[in-house]
Amino acid sequence: MALPQAKLTATEDRLARLSMPEAPGWSALPRAAALARVETMGLPGRRDEYWRFTNPADLVAADPVPSTHHARQKTQVFDQMDRVRLVFVDGVFDAAASDDPALAGVEITRLAEAQEQDIHWAADLYGTLEAQGHEPVERPLAALNTAYATDGVLIRATGKAEKPVNLVYFHESETSDAILHHVIKVESGADLTVLENGPAAARFNKVMEVDVADGGAFHHVRAQGRDHDRRAVTHIFARLGAESLFKSFTMTVNGALTRNECIIDMTGDNGVAHVAGACLGDGDFLHDDTVFITHDAENCESRQVFKKVLKNGATGVFQGKILVQPGAQKTDGYQISQSLLLDDDSQFLAKPELEIYADDVACSHGSTSGAIDETALFYLRSRGVPKSEAVDLMVLSFLAEAIEEIESAEIREEIVERLSRWLSRHRG
Amino acid sequence: MLEIKNLKASLEEEGKEILKGLDLTVEAGKVHAIMGPNGSGKSTLSYVLAGRGGYEVTEGAATLAGADILEMEPEERAAAGLFLAFQYPVEIPGVGNMTFLRTAVNAQRKARGQEEMDAATFLKEVRAKAKDLKIDAEMLKRPVNMGFSGGEKKRNEILQMAMLEPKVCILDETDSGLDVDAMKLVADGVNAMRSPDRGFLVITHYQRLLDHIVPDVVHIMVNGRIIKTGGPELALEVEKNGYANMIEEAA
Repeated sequence: MALPQAKLTATEDRLARLSMPEAPGWSALPRAAALARVETMGLPGRRDEYWRFTNPADLVAADPVPSTHHARQKTQVFDQMDRVRLVFVDGVFDAAASDDPALAGVEITRLAEAQEQDIHWAADLYGTLEAQGHEPVERPLAALNTAYATDGVLIRATGKAEKPVNLVYFHESETSDAILHHVIKVESGADLTVLENGPAAARFNKVMEVDVADGGAFHHVRAQGRDHDRRAVTHIFARLGAESLFKSFTMTVNGALTRNECIIDMTGDNGVAHVAGACLGDGDFLHDDTVFITHDAENCESRQVFKKVLKNGATGVFQGKILVQPGAQKTDGYQISQSLLLDDDSQFLAKPELEIYADDVACSHGSTSGAIDETALFYLRSRGVPKSEAVDLMVLSFLAEAIEEIESAEIREEIVERLSRWLSRHRG
Repeated sequence: MLEIKNLKASLEEEGKEILKGLDLTVEAGKVHAIMGPNGSGKSTLSYVLAGRGGYEVTEGAATLAGADILEMEPEERAAAGLFLAFQYPVEIPGVGNMTFLRTAVNAQRKARGQEEMDAATFLKEVRAKAKDLKIDAEMLKRPVNMGFSGGEKKRNEILQMAMLEPKVCILDETDSGLDVDAMKLVADGVNAMRSPDRGFLVITHYQRLLDHIVPDVVHIMVNGRIIKTGGPELALEVEKNGYANMIEEAA
């Protein structure tokens, strides 16, 4: 079917600005296939059902909206963790600023280098999970990413990783338009934690494909903060084997336009997948969590826990789906999306969905929007806690269910600390 | 210590008058009890004094140690020395009991121009006071009132009261939902805090709490006013004959 003219023009304008790497090596094939997908689907527009709450114009435009860059923060969110730091500046890997990527039980290669090697484990995976992630909903910005990614990191865990791998993003150019594509493979019985933080570019498009083999475990904690004019679209495509574990948590504060998509396919029995997010928005803020979890095996557990605190006209979006395929018996699916609206100007738009084709499952979902509980607020104040501090405590209380999804107590405390500081800077 | 004069208050939304000219003085060192039938305005009195929203004071005054509290924010009243033990203590997920207590203690100290209590001193004090109330370490670690039984919640209120060392303690139906043993524990906690420079206002439906917290003065409140004041024997009279006779007498 031919694309509508407006969509065709927008897609052509965007693609005209992009070019494939000079030596794509084995990635040439998946890149070409991805480009064909983009050309068929066209880039998203306001009228697309999947983008009805979030205007993708700035993500699709030929050029990024210029954005002020940020001085590097003295302390990074994960500084207290013993970790391997891999640094990207405006979407380009910075070897000098990064740690030595040698890590027991883990193989780390930069995409730009790996694609030139004759044989690489990621050759079979690059773009594969993304390509499978367009049913039933198209995700053209992810296909665009596969086609034109300039860099990224390929991580394979074969055992229990000694430390987490921390992808650190710095933003220095006011017009950077970064496209990063990471591929992660967690082999059977292996265990890997990936941390991500930092403002990445004026405009950021990131895809992370995660393949977790039987009995593997993958933990992901991401901190999106500081950059008020962040315009970012991110996708996680995950395939989970039997007895595997996948846990992802994202903290988001600030950001003019952030769309985080997470697409998970549970393909083996007894898998566990948790995706959670806690976000704080003040003013010019739009944050969109779009999650799609497919249960295609028996006895799997999935949880989606998303909490948003919004004020001064901020907008929160949640589109979440649990799809239970025929035969995926004993599925345990849970989905909660809630917003705390601190004033009348802010809004939360939610589209929670369940689609179930098996008859022996337990799935529940809930979505709420509300103001601060006045009784609880009075309780705190009656003990002498000033109103502004009491409101902050209530906000943290509201976010707690999502934050508890972070397994590491150390990280949890750091995230709470960051959120508290943000709250004290954004009172009133 | 607490002086209430001709206090009139209405529900903000409906404009319905609940307190209709109430006079009451709680002296330092004394325990006053207020008894009264349902709907007489007992809980409203406690909320109006503590500064809960939704009520409008239309007339009268309330002072604590000479300071006009009706103009203050709830947290300022707390810092001035007022404490309200809630009838239904609120559950607050995600906020640790200890964090909450320490925030409250230090906020009050700060408001009074005192230095913050250091972590070690605070911990020592909480542990000692919690032990007296049979509150174990696990309960202290949990989020505020989450998963607490009715009795545990009330004991937690008393723990907060003990840590905050108020000048005037208002106990709003602290006996509701308590079995005899739990009531005794709570009463012991309250009695341990009786002192010459602290006043208590105990609101209750039933005489049985007053067996354990023996009041100096008992007031009968009906329809937004105190209609009768006496000694502990007044509570026994209520237990025996109910309020009907007194209401008739006052009419």
